[in-house]
Amino acid sequence: MTIEITNAVKCRGVSKVFSQGELAVHALTDIDLDIAAGEFVCLSGSSGSGKTTLLNMIGGLDVATAGEITVAGKRLDKMPMSELADLRLQHIGFVFQAYNLIPVLSARENVEFVMQLQGIEADQRRVNAMEILQQVGLTGMEDRRPAELSGGQQQRVAVARAIVSKPALILADEPTANLDSENSDKLMTLMRELNSQIGTTFIISTHDEGVMAFAKRLIRLHDGRIVSDEAI
Amino acid sequence: MSTGSQHISWSIVFRIAWRNLWRNHRRSLIMLSAIALGLWGMIWMTALMRGMVDQMIDSSIKTLSGHIQIHAPGYLDDPSIEYLLPPLDESPALQSLLGSDDVVAWSQRIRVPAVIRSERDVFAVTLVGIDPAKEKGLSFIGDSVTEGDYLTSVDDKKLLVGKKLLERLETKLNRRVVLMSQDPENNIAERGFRIGGMFDTDLEATETGYVFAGLETVRKMLKMGPGVSEISLLSHDYRELDPLLEKTRAAIPDADVKTWIEQDPYMGSMLAVMDGFVLVWFAVIFLALSFGLVNTLLMAVFERTREIGLVQALGMKSTNILYMVLIESIIMLMIGLAAGNILSWLTILPLKDGIDVSSVAAGMELAGMSSTLLPAVKLYDVVLANLLVLVLGIAASLFPAWRASRKVPIEAITRVWQ
Repeated sequence: MTIEITNAVKCRGVSKVFSQGELAVHALTDIDLDIAAGEFVCLSGSSGSGKTTLLNMIGGLDVATAGEITVAGKRLDKMPMSELADLRLQHIGFVFQAYNLIPVLSARENVEFVMQLQGIEADQRRVNAMEILQQVGLTGMEDRRPAELSGGQQQRVAVARAIVSKPALILADEPTANLDSENSDKLMTLMRELNSQIGTTFIISTHDEGVMAFAKRLIRLHDGRIVSDEAI
Repeated sequence: MSTGSQHISWSIVFRIAWRNLWRNHRRSLIMLSAIALGLWGMIWMTALMRGMVDQMIDSSIKTLSGHIQIHAPGYLDDPSIEYLLPPLDESPALQSLLGSDDVVAWSQRIRVPAVIRSERDVFAVTLVGIDPAKEKGLSFIGDSVTEGDYLTSVDDKKLLVGKKLLERLETKLNRRVVLMSQDPENNIAERGFRIGGMFDTDLEATETGYVFAGLETVRKMLKMGPGVSEISLLSHDYRELDPLLEKTRAAIPDADVKTWIEQDPYMGSMLAVMDGFVLVWFAVIFLALSFGLVNTLLMAVFERTREIGLVQALGMKSTNILYMVLIESIIMLMIGLAAGNILSWLTILPLKDGIDVSSVAAGMELAGMSSTLLPAVKLYDVVLANLLVLVLGIAASLFPAWRASRKVPIEAITRVWQ
């Protein structure tokens, strides 16, 4: 079951500045954002607009230069590394653009990985993993290593891993970037179903119009600022 | 959803560590070979050194030294007939000690400088009058007669001569020689002997330096009273002599009682030097090994930066990542050590009869070693080498493991996301 959170994500005055020698690059500037539990949000914008940086901040992978980010009711800037790791483990699922999987583990072991860290019993892990792999259409491929799977199949394993422990929030960075349109549609359909059926909050960064078509809410970024935020 | 805090998931940490180890077969095999060869080098070299030292000590002890020797005061400075121990009958305490379980073997000897003359040549030697039965198991002479016969009693009138001395005297078994020494009155004492046996030892100096006859035969030749030059005794362990030394000194307080190390300080210091050298040798090999180990693990960590970032993003804590790299290192060390031990066993076992070093034996003899080197594998050395590699190997792995665990997720993930 998911944790009921009214505000899944709250950003107040969030800025991020990267220093490149003497040059300061403003990746994000004064972002104010509220994302409610159960929303299906797409962040769009051109390369360098700040989509990935914002996802990194919300996922607790990076620290804001200024402002506050609250996820699952907890202020990320107040949390030590170990607590951030726990927050990610218990509340957040990640789908990255590429290199999503641990190469030395099979598809099933990759899906079980997070559950194993959570301390779920082996039998239960196995049942959950097989069930979710079936849902993403990978029955019969459980024992294959990532190198033996196509890009689309790898992304589906990554999605299966992200959703198997039913986190409150899933952050996906360009999840369809390496997929053809057919696989891309299948993946987005699966994520929308999860959003509808379980109420998982999705924040997806993309510059693919096809992906944006699945969004319930579309936030456009440009040069590190939110330029539009509209429900669809 | 589970909300408990993260525990250390040993099975996943072990599984990833094990599989990571075999991702780069060539690199892992090179590192495993280095560990195995390093350990092999430690054990092998130590076995050789221990073998050499053991031979030197054994040779020293068996060349009439024993573990403890008793002399009359002054004898060691001037080993002549003038300085004699009183007969055993006059020392009941010593007699009782020599019969106790503390003493494995003992014997009395008359030992004086002499000159041996054959038809062809003359040489200075040490004439030793022995009790042949008591010398067996105590000194080399009991087991070294290779031609002719060993002495049968203290009254035996034959003479035992070393192989090399026979060659130098240009004589042979059953021929006669004349021995000349001094009696207690400083008169010349001489006697003709028939060479009844030839002894053969590893050391030329022993073969040319000593001749042996029955104790009572020598006593008569030297016109001596009932005293002896020395009493030599053997304990259970050449390193644990203090208790027996104390008892012996108490039993015969007026005598000069010394251990083999006190009589041969060079040999005693060699023991300490060898022990120190073993540690230095271990340290040198391990130092070379540790650079390879650290380098291999750092390379592995560097190559897996993205994966480390990924598992951190998924919620794996730094401690788990630290354990993951450490376990990979421990597995590698354990396999390497197992291979090293097997290699050592396989290469040392065929040499149990010794290694022929006769080409350099002349030089080695100066150090009291024979022309055949017997490797001596001590459990202590094997355990020490294994423990050293394992413990210091883990210590050396801490740095790469710490580096991996301290990676900031975003720095690792950035390579992927942007």
